[in-house]
Amino acid sequence: MLQNRIFKRFAKNKTSLAGLLLVCFFALVALLAPLLAPADNARNPYQMPQSSYAIEPQTPSSSHWFGTTEQQYDLFYGVVWGTRLAFKIGITVTFFAFLIGLFVGAAAAYFGGKTDEIIMRLTDVVFAVPSLVLAMVIAAMLGPDIKNMMIALTAVAWPSYARLVRGDILSVKQRDFVTAARALGARGPRIMLRHILPNSIYPSVVVASLDIGYIVLTAASLSFLGLGAQPGTADWGQLIAMARNWVLGTSGNTLAYWHTVFIPGGAIFFFVLGWNLLGDAFRDILDPRQG
Amino acid sequence: MFNYVLRRLLLLPVVILGVTFLLFFLTQRLSPEMRASLYIKDPRQMGSLEEVIQKYGLRDNMFKQYGRWLGNALEGDLGYSQSANMPVAQAIKAYLPATIQLAVVTIVLVVFFGVWFGCVSAVKKDKWQDVLARLFSVGGFSLPIFVLGLLLLMLFYGKLGWFAPGGYSVYTDAVVHGGSFHSYTGFLLIDSLLNLNFRVFWDVLSHLVLPAVTLCIGSFALMVRVMRSSMLEELGKDYVRTARAKGLSPWQVTYKHAGKNAVIPVITLASIQFIRLLGGTVIVETIFEYPGIGRFGVIAAQQLDIAGIMGFSLMVAVLFVLGNLLSDILYTAVDPRIRLD
Repeated sequence: MLQNRIFKRFAKNKTSLAGLLLVCFFALVALLAPLLAPADNARNPYQMPQSSYAIEPQTPSSSHWFGTTEQQYDLFYGVVWGTRLAFKIGITVTFFAFLIGLFVGAAAAYFGGKTDEIIMRLTDVVFAVPSLVLAMVIAAMLGPDIKNMMIALTAVAWPSYARLVRGDILSVKQRDFVTAARALGARGPRIMLRHILPNSIYPSVVVASLDIGYIVLTAASLSFLGLGAQPGTADWGQLIAMARNWVLGTSGNTLAYWHTVFIPGGAIFFFVLGWNLLGDAFRDILDPRQG
Repeated sequence: MFNYVLRRLLLLPVVILGVTFLLFFLTQRLSPEMRASLYIKDPRQMGSLEEVIQKYGLRDNMFKQYGRWLGNALEGDLGYSQSANMPVAQAIKAYLPATIQLAVVTIVLVVFFGVWFGCVSAVKKDKWQDVLARLFSVGGFSLPIFVLGLLLLMLFYGKLGWFAPGGYSVYTDAVVHGGSFHSYTGFLLIDSLLNLNFRVFWDVLSHLVLPAVTLCIGSFALMVRVMRSSMLEELGKDYVRTARAKGLSPWQVTYKHAGKNAVIPVITLASIQFIRLLGGTVIVETIFEYPGIGRFGVIAAQQLDIAGIMGFSLMVAVLFVLGNLLSDILYTAVDPRIRLD
């Protein structure tokens, strides 16, 4: 019943369908990456192959569909495997951040009192610095590579989920069925696991999963600043960082290297756009004020 | 209200301690030798590594080292930044005004165009102007600022040659550090006016255009959205119908009556966004090589300049917490229905 209504409202909205299509398209590219752009080095497919060591980027041609960027890294290969890497980063970070947030938020709501106060002050600390800045500093201290970047992103992402989960649990805790379960003699852990969590977790799961676009955007920013993926990695932020040296073009054609920014930039743009459109649609659907 | 402000101010030291301790804890992952090598510039002096470790007590208990850093910080000594080649406190003093200048110009752009586009979008609901404004707003949310920044550089610097990266031109650099130029406030835009040097003023302003436009994109998109929905809500209210019934001109009804009320949430949003911009300046200043605090932080992070990173984070945390508090207070000032307690 409920799902049917959500689905109907979802299908009616053209922009949300566009968002869904975009996300599905990128997911397909990520899944089919080994077929779309066969890796030379199967052990580390995220390392982009170089056709030569010449510095100057080459415009799109039949051998390089999207052209090459600095040092002849193939942009098509980079964008395709970059999609896979984006999903990998987005899903891993969201999963772990949500898991931590779930535990911490549930603990805060369950124990209440002092524990709650301490945990919430801890989230305040993380919120006290812009997330990009904090992630940047943590990634720098840990040393720039993709794994450390994911740790840094997880470290700044979990507090918002902890707050979300805590709030949801606190509101569900007041409901009659919880009192009923307690009256029937169920004990604390059982009430928490069997009654409260299953009824409070879903909105947070939806919100968290829709954050994937934002996580990927922050990850790309870190890579762009040189604090994430290293040169030669098929990572969108890294590809754009390489384009920084080529904004000026040649003396004859000032826009000669447009593709070095446009192609990886377009990939990020449409990826984030897809998630944002999807997120808007879900927020509209989940908003109870709309009839 | 007073209690709320007091409580938040009391919380400030807790937050600052938390942030700095967290980062200090992370620096301890680096071995004492690695941290000592940051003090040594000349490779021939590498033999004196042990001396440096002894001198600065880098093998001490972490809490002792943190206490030492904190003690120095309270006295205004944040250490020496290797990446900026000057004491951290001096670097912050030198770079912060440029960043605030950039943020102010950006927020002015955001509010002006956000309110304008949002208003038009609401008044012309579902017409092409509205569709265009909404597309702009959705697109602005999704376009990463580093992509937009590079595109703008390509077009306006590479192709058209209108604006150059950097904070100011060689001419301004020579004038400002020339001796006859008095630095009253540290903000070049204001100082140049006070010195009656309009060439410097235009030069600094023209270097602000591209970074400000890049930085405003995300906030602008949000602003259009909020202004649009707020305006639509006001336009549907009874007093607007009354005003129309009285025979006021459409212009007066939309802008003098509805517009005035619709702009309230926008103002509070602007104060929050002003603080949020701090995060974005990190990227924008790096792209445009703009000599602000964000670029200082990025370079410190890239070069693992520990004193620089700690000082930068400390400053950002203080600014961020105070800014958030200020915007909370502003919130109550603009909308008396909201009470802080």
